Amino acid sequence: MNRPATPNSFRTGPDEQGMFGIFGGRFVAETLMPLILDLERHWNEVKDHPDFKAELTDLSTHYAGRPSKLYFAEGLTRHLREVSSAKGLGGGAKVYFKREDLNHTGSHKINNCLGQILLAKRMGKKRIIAETGAGQHGVASATVAARFGFPCVVYMGATDVARQSPNVFRMKLLGAEVRPVTAGHGTLKDAMNEALRDWVTNVEDTYYLIGTAAGPHPYPELVRDFQSVIGTEARAQILEQEGRLPDTIIAAVGGGSNAIGLFHPFLDDKEVRIIGIEAGGRGLDGIEHCASMSAGAPGVLHGNRTYLLQNADGQIMDGHSISAGLDYPGVGPEHSWLRDSGRVDYVPILDDEALEAFQLTTRVEGIIPALESAHAIAHAVKIVPAMDKDQIVIVNLSGRGDKDVHTVANMLGMEI
Amino acid sequence: MTTRIDRRMAKLKAEGRPALVTYFMSGDPDYDTALSIMKALPKAGADIIEMGMPFSDPMADGPAIQAAGLRALKGGQTLVKTLKMASEFRAADNETPIVLMGYYNPIYIHGVDRFLRDALASGIDGLIVVDLPPEMDEELCIPALKAGINFIRLATPTTDDKRLPKVLQNTSGFVYYVSMTGITGSALADTGKVAAAVTRIKGHTDLPVCVGFGVKTAEQARIIGASADGVVVGTAIVNAVANVLGPKGEKTADPAEAVAALVSGLSQGVRTARLAAAE
Repeated sequence: MNRPATPNSFRTGPDEQGMFGIFGGRFVAETLMPLILDLERHWNEVKDHPDFKAELTDLSTHYAGRPSKLYFAEGLTRHLREVSSAKGLGGGAKVYFKREDLNHTGSHKINNCLGQILLAKRMGKKRIIAETGAGQHGVASATVAARFGFPCVVYMGATDVARQSPNVFRMKLLGAEVRPVTAGHGTLKDAMNEALRDWVTNVEDTYYLIGTAAGPHPYPELVRDFQSVIGTEARAQILEQEGRLPDTIIAAVGGGSNAIGLFHPFLDDKEVRIIGIEAGGRGLDGIEHCASMSAGAPGVLHGNRTYLLQNADGQIMDGHSISAGLDYPGVGPEHSWLRDSGRVDYVPILDDEALEAFQLTTRVEGIIPALESAHAIAHAVKIVPAMDKDQIVIVNLSGRGDKDVHTVANMLGMEI
Repeated sequence: MTTRIDRRMAKLKAEGRPALVTYFMSGDPDYDTALSIMKALPKAGADIIEMGMPFSDPMADGPAIQAAGLRALKGGQTLVKTLKMASEFRAADNETPIVLMGYYNPIYIHGVDRFLRDALASGIDGLIVVDLPPEMDEELCIPALKAGINFIRLATPTTDDKRLPKVLQNTSGFVYYVSMTGITGSALADTGKVAAAVTRIKGHTDLPVCVGFGVKTAEQARIIGASADGVVVGTAIVNAVANVLGPKGEKTADPAEAVAALVSGLSQGVRTARLAAAE
């Protein structure tokens, strides 16, 4: 692999063409191009505007409940120190959770939705569409649409509709129309195709509220910027609580919005090791995983160039993950660039490992994490026992796991 | 340099009639059947052939072309086989222009330089790549033009006068006006608006303007052809194939014959378009 020269800063992308190195860009149909340029113009006007920032901060504080807490996970830390002792290592780093699960709507997704709904309002749009995998983004979209009085259509793969039924019901309660998508495996990729088809049909009045840091420029940039509140807060909080930066930060990567949100403010802190966790599904040997950066190749899908799971003919594979939110064969373009530049390590966690971490966290912390977040915790469970006691790890607890109890019960062979 | 597309368009202009541009999905429902459909198109009156390259995630296509692409992929179609099909067609027909239409990723994975070499060798004349707007011209458009392959751009109702010059800048062969915002196979737009749009585009370019999206019948082809230099028909042809496939994909009649019957009718439409306009 050609590794690009190490830049002075990892935080300056994308360039004016929306590229992070060879990744990103604007690979969309001509019908959408004028809309994307219009969105970019509005985004550039507001992104540093004090009034826009003030309005977003006010909503984040009083509506979404920010800042989210940085919580010392004492129960998990104690458990992993016991594991370390049992192995004769005598170590075990301190584990902190960034509690995005405590946000309004139960995940980090609200951060991005509040920012984008303000953009939609400013652009004079009349209708919101969104895609969703786990349903967390769908719920957050339906929530801000309700709050700001927009009709909202959420595209969701039929498989996901079945495995995330509590979120489907929440969206309906919030007044959104949920349209199941049966194409492909009926997961996030298919939902995104269908949302793009809606957008290309209803260009005049519709705002496409993309849920992850992917898609055509400027979406990867603006979603990242709205989510960076996670890392900005976490960085200040750990300095306040521990007086120093963490040794390692970990987040799960599907499209990668919670991860880029945590990572971005730390990218130039060279002493901080950054690890993104991909869905390893049933293992990387076969095709039943979603580890696009560990096992895929660069390609073009959904408006950007990025690592994708695909065959030798350039056809996109469906992938698999126990977690609907990670069940996507691509990843945001900035992650692809961070991978190739070597700044961030991306490693897979299997379905079973995530399931174990889900149960462990529930038992020792009294916190039911989303299955997506459980992937990140599972990696902490792997590496923390071998770390020193004075080291610090921050795991992004991107969402709460109430939505996943049916899936977990199925996996454990229980009926509820 | 002139291409088969330039020569065909010039010839039709001299004849005083618009071109019938027909889209079919290569490999639908299988390689041999699709090749027989392709061969039947010029005989039934098609002037230019658009060859669909199947893609797993056709974001700008409606249900009919999505399904056709999936049938083709299930039948084992690949980019390499699509190019092979074109060269088999070309062995017996060195005049009918072939335009490949699809999405960028299979081309990118094949390798742009290798793709252009292989496409030229297979007798391909033009490319329509849905997800490559002018902003991404360095990817494929510029290399294709250098290689002598036309890069045909889509103009849409959202392409306003300010943007048109950018869209037209590196376009060659013809301009494909998508008569409506939306996915392929949707209802036909107001024909009056289409005529106005064609006039608007012609104010910016000397290239022929072909109109597509929503044309299904000979009558529609006749009306659109009165103002446009070409009429593109896609979904109706793909549906003609689907209509003779049983629930398990088995052929209940000859797809090539079904397509030929449809195209013959459409061909009558474009051949009477200007007569009607002159009345």
